[in-house]
Amino acid sequence: MKTNQILIRYGELSTKGKNRSSFIGRLRDNIRHTFSDLGKLQIQAERDRMFINSDSEEDLEQVIARLPKVFGIQSFSPVTETELSIEAMKKAAVAIIGKMDTEGKSFKVSVRRANKQFGMEKPEILQAIGSSVLSTYSGLSVKMKDPDIELKVEIREKAAYMTAEVIAGAGGLPIGAGGKALLMLSGGLDSPVAGYHMLKRGVRLELIHFFSPPFTNDRAKEKVLDLADKLSQFGSSVNLHIIPFTKLQQEVHKQVPDNITMTSTRRMMMRVADKVLEQTDCKAIITGESLGQVASQTLESLYAINAVTTTPVLRPLISTDKLEIIDTAMKIGTHDISIRPFEDCCTIFTPANPKTKPKLEKVEYYEGFVSFDELIQEAVDHREIIKFPRAKKNEFEDLL
Amino acid sequence: MIYLDNSATTKPKKEVMDTFIKANEDYYGNPASLHKLGNTAENLLESARRQIAKELQMQHVVFTSGGTEANNLAILGTAQAYAHRGRHIITAVTEHPSVLKSVDQLEARGFEITRLPVDPSGSIDLDHLKTSLRNDTILVTLMQVNNETGAVHPVSEFKEILQGTRTFLHIDAVQGIGKIRMRTEDMPDLLTISAHKIHGLKGSGVLAFNDVQPEAIVIGGGQESGYRSGTVPVPQAAAFAKALRLARPNPEWGLWNKTLREFFGQFEDIKVISPESAAPHILSAAMKGVKGEILVSALQEESIIVSTSSACSSKNKETSHVIKAMGVPAAYQSGVIRLSFGAYTTEQDIAAFQHAFKKVHAIIKGV
Repeated sequence: MKTNQILIRYGELSTKGKNRSSFIGRLRDNIRHTFSDLGKLQIQAERDRMFINSDSEEDLEQVIARLPKVFGIQSFSPVTETELSIEAMKKAAVAIIGKMDTEGKSFKVSVRRANKQFGMEKPEILQAIGSSVLSTYSGLSVKMKDPDIELKVEIREKAAYMTAEVIAGAGGLPIGAGGKALLMLSGGLDSPVAGYHMLKRGVRLELIHFFSPPFTNDRAKEKVLDLADKLSQFGSSVNLHIIPFTKLQQEVHKQVPDNITMTSTRRMMMRVADKVLEQTDCKAIITGESLGQVASQTLESLYAINAVTTTPVLRPLISTDKLEIIDTAMKIGTHDISIRPFEDCCTIFTPANPKTKPKLEKVEYYEGFVSFDELIQEAVDHREIIKFPRAKKNEFEDLL
Repeated sequence: MIYLDNSATTKPKKEVMDTFIKANEDYYGNPASLHKLGNTAENLLESARRQIAKELQMQHVVFTSGGTEANNLAILGTAQAYAHRGRHIITAVTEHPSVLKSVDQLEARGFEITRLPVDPSGSIDLDHLKTSLRNDTILVTLMQVNNETGAVHPVSEFKEILQGTRTFLHIDAVQGIGKIRMRTEDMPDLLTISAHKIHGLKGSGVLAFNDVQPEAIVIGGGQESGYRSGTVPVPQAAAFAKALRLARPNPEWGLWNKTLREFFGQFEDIKVISPESAAPHILSAAMKGVKGEILVSALQEESIIVSTSSACSSKNKETSHVIKAMGVPAAYQSGVIRLSFGAYTTEQDIAAFQHAFKKVHAIIKGV
């Protein structure tokens, strides 16, 4: 008896008509990428479901532990293979159900006897397996329709296959199925969560971060690197573009009155992002903005900021509350990184009273005295690009 | 010189010293500083922490000034943090003073303490533990390996007894870590270990824990996630990680232990105190009517270093509380010596000890 297979049920992809096979292919590639550190996995993608096979039970345990993060999967089940004897099947059934919570749960066994040579008829098999499970776990009761636990037994040519546990997947679409977009990553709570929502809809991410040394320090940068690393753990690698932003930010402060520097700074970020977008084949900009959260996130502000670009700006968090965002951040493991107390380029230079209703014409008027184009191009040209996940080598390995 | 006092402390390994020196030379920044040097020191500190957590299979690792402080934090800190749940704590009479003094202090503050007695083998009665448990018992604190006799407490059975209760289990594993294997599933809620017992450096301990949040007893700048304030000595932490990684039991300890038990068996006036089931690296024995100090200094004349029952108690004249609690006959009580093996102990050392002991014994008997 061994667990050597995992059965995967697709998420929404089942409804995607002609694109279906490309979605399935994408999912298969993402699974390969996610588990590239493990031994060889055989992945067999069928129309309705996918099977992962491996001879290493340890590897499969890893797959089971990490698969709930991979998008495009509705649910999955470990499959146990046993030899073709009723005793082996009974033993396996007891072991499989033993891993689940049985107290007060309803239960049934179903059997597919594809191998007609097998010595017992279906009712006998049902009876034998069912009674050994029920006599072991007294909390179970039998229910034929919609039981909490259904143990499925498939008797094939060379072996029997059994499965009961159904583990929820992450849902959504396989990453990459939805194209690529550029996420503005600040280091705060919101932007990684916005990125996560888009990943879930199958969008691959490029990340852009604005770095203003010496006003922001290495710790703040480290924080962003750690966030980028987290965002690369959902089945697809990401590139982080670190933009040297100090000069642009200083120029803005020289040119525009204090209470609209924030609006103008954001407009510069958009313009830089637009340039990076062109070079990285992205089709949209993603931000973590949530309406009304801060001065820059009023409709008036968004209008004035958005005016610099015609690129679609996706704001998946626009209607969510801070508490919902915090919940998601905790769930995806970015919360503790985001709350580290280091300044980012948005929190320094913040004027005491930023305008919550900036006027576009005014902003344009003040910006109009100089051309920012050169500084923007310079920032784009001097950006640092880091690929994630980072190589896992521990720099202190020899020391420790 | 033959050093057989490894339960008092051990000689730091060369590799551990190398790590300590390199960390001091290259990564001397304060891990809380914002600059690069601080950042690198923090990365080293966190790598050391992760490595130790992984080695122990525990979630949280807090660096302390040693085993004593870790025990204080585990007991005083847990008591403080969970006093609203209850004010009853269970321990045993043979625990280390850092545990016993902690519970004494809590008792003076109104906590109720159950101190379980031990039988002649140094074991507590598991049924007694079970019946002592109450709804308001917040902590059971027991040691894995006794420092004076090597008596081993069954941690897995403690865990089983506490299963389904809200009582936390703290295990002082200072003498056991790296010496006897502990299964992942046996890991308690809180675990104390110390570096200098496994060929690391003195002044360096760890309290590891899972789903429990002890209240800090050393307070200040909020380092170590608030669990232990004070600038974290990164080189010590790194050296500890190294020492723990290198620590492993020597299967020969058991053989030597057996050899020495047989050897002591030849003398009518020598009684082996360590129970049969004790950990292999600690062996205590007593000579009738003779003070332990005399044996210790006589053996030292022969270049053999051993101690009386424990290094901590050897300086005060009283008989060890452990030896008393195990009901060792009065004539033997003050004649206890302890031999303890480490990574550098060899078979030749064991042979040399026997040779020297025979000589010493004859001299003392001749007096």
